[in-house]
Amino acid sequence: MRPPGPLAITQHTLVSALGQGRDATFDAMQAGRTGLAPRGFETADIGAWLGVVDGIDTLDWRADLAAFDCRNNRLAELALRADGFGDAVRRAAQRWGAHRVGVFLGTSTAGILQTELAYRRRDATTGALPADLHYGETHNTYSVSRYVRAALGLGGPAHVVSTACSSSAKVYATAERMIRLGLVDAAVVGGVDSLCLTTLYGFKALELTATEICRPWDAQRAGLSLGEAAALALVERGSPAPMGWLLGAGESSDGHHMSSPHPEGAGAALAMRAALAQAGLQPQQVDYLNLHGTGTPGNDAAEDRAVGAVFGPSLPCSSTKGFTGHTLGAAGGVEASIALLALQHGLAPAGLNLQTQDPALHAHILREPLRKTLSVVASNSFGFGGSNACLVFGAAR
Amino acid sequence: MNSLSVDILGIGLLGPGLADWASAAPLLREPALWQAGATVVPPPQRLPATERRRAGAVVKASIVVADQAIAAAGLDPAALATVFTSSTGEPANCHALCEALATPERLVSPTRFTNSVHNAAGGYWHIAVQGRMPSTSLSAFDASFAAGLLEAAVQAVATGAPVLLVACDVPYPEPLHGKRPVSDVFGVALVLTPGTQLTLALQPETTATPCGHAGLDAVRSSIPAARALPLLQALAAGRAASIDIEGLPGLGLQLKIA
Repeated sequence: MRPPGPLAITQHTLVSALGQGRDATFDAMQAGRTGLAPRGFETADIGAWLGVVDGIDTLDWRADLAAFDCRNNRLAELALRADGFGDAVRRAAQRWGAHRVGVFLGTSTAGILQTELAYRRRDATTGALPADLHYGETHNTYSVSRYVRAALGLGGPAHVVSTACSSSAKVYATAERMIRLGLVDAAVVGGVDSLCLTTLYGFKALELTATEICRPWDAQRAGLSLGEAAALALVERGSPAPMGWLLGAGESSDGHHMSSPHPEGAGAALAMRAALAQAGLQPQQVDYLNLHGTGTPGNDAAEDRAVGAVFGPSLPCSSTKGFTGHTLGAAGGVEASIALLALQHGLAPAGLNLQTQDPALHAHILREPLRKTLSVVASNSFGFGGSNACLVFGAAR
Repeated sequence: MNSLSVDILGIGLLGPGLADWASAAPLLREPALWQAGATVVPPPQRLPATERRRAGAVVKASIVVADQAIAAAGLDPAALATVFTSSTGEPANCHALCEALATPERLVSPTRFTNSVHNAAGGYWHIAVQGRMPSTSLSAFDASFAAGLLEAAVQAVATGAPVLLVACDVPYPEPLHGKRPVSDVFGVALVLTPGTQLTLALQPETTATPCGHAGLDAVRSSIPAARALPLLQALAAGRAASIDIEGLPGLGLQLKIA
């Protein structure tokens, strides 16, 4: 066994309903401005608030990558163009060699919207799907890493992690191991998940969506608000001037239920403890925790118990789902970027839409942004199938 | 360094004309004895009856091969981290959801939606064995087996502990089958631990090593998880071998068996 060390994050960016890039995101965090709105998506209106990214459809598209054209890859492309992210990766590929740069991204539904729409256009006689549906480049789970690898001209190992809403946190652990063992020198990590009908109607069928805006930790919380996002980070071996550090990554399974968390948050607590152990930190050394905090009654209750068991009741916490909505397979990546912004600016965002904290929940939820020097920030991500991940980040200084 | 080495503690297998690893190993040694035939997925005893009914083919086949490998390794399944790899999620489930969403009513079954996650097989496995170790679920399209094997070996070497790898692919029904033809169900499970038996190395893209038998090679090339067949043939024969497995454009995975 080779012991892990801190991993340098040399660039990161995100695109969500809050806007494109780090500055737009941080401005909203500082101002307490949500990206959610009561609106529909495509032909669907499930009577909920959604975090929709505008401007996806009008993006120009490379002719040589025409087969990849779909909402999910367009969202990825927006992130490649934000904050000079794609250029930073190209420079890393020149430095290390394109075959030494991996691509490990998370998604839950990839570009399945493309197939959902194609099912409306099946051949009336044969039932066949239209010729313009490019399954492998759009719908297939791997398609977003395939797109990013092709668009940036990378040649290293690549895959997609798809463990529902923990996907794009777990890829940080994947990249850390690959770099530690010397298989790659750098990697593009993060996640991309775009809105689709499967997700909208699926969560509604499970009665997990709220009609009002999501209110994590509130006594009246009634469910989640869905969103879409792309969040990308470049991690590299031995950088002298990173934007932050991945200090530890913890992963675990609930082994309890497909769509409900363990009621005591036992698996979640394991993931947090594993992340702290890898970072070599005690719980009291963490300055702020970005909660998974979806705003469903069961999820928040289980996470609250897990956080209490690991950190006690005084650690400043918030869920940023009230800003972005729950971006599912992109949530871990989005909240990793938010953690890095918090460390950089010394600002932990408030938990939006919290009116009266549920008296049964004991975590210290920030009602106003916390402005202070932050050295260590943790982020939780949990998913269907009982998949748990916790990431611990350190400030650049 | 771009290589790493592991031992294989247990193997599980299910595929066309391949009922399980014990009965398949002689056929893989002497492919002339292998007979083509549709894959028969037995009911996974590991799952409770209600879940056995609800679970799709990927979940069932994954759990069947995982149990074979665990039994051969003689390890506590709850103590193992897992890597599940598949080109896509549950195909029949995906088709049913897309069909429902193309109707005006858009009535989606909550169970179908829950089971549509790519990590359904991993989730059901960890629930069944009550295991809280880490589990990941990957996809790399046609290179899903290579990606899963690499990730499982990386985890084994990085943690110093055994890891269960499960690769499984199942055909879509029409009309998606026309877009993504996969010929039949194929599942393979390997329990890997740090060692010397199998060395993985990333290398420039090469032509993948074939099975040396037209029928088996047709299986290999028509199901992503069956890209494991040349490795399984060498393991069944107990011989040293060097095998190139299909990776990504520009990148291959070389396997050396000592």
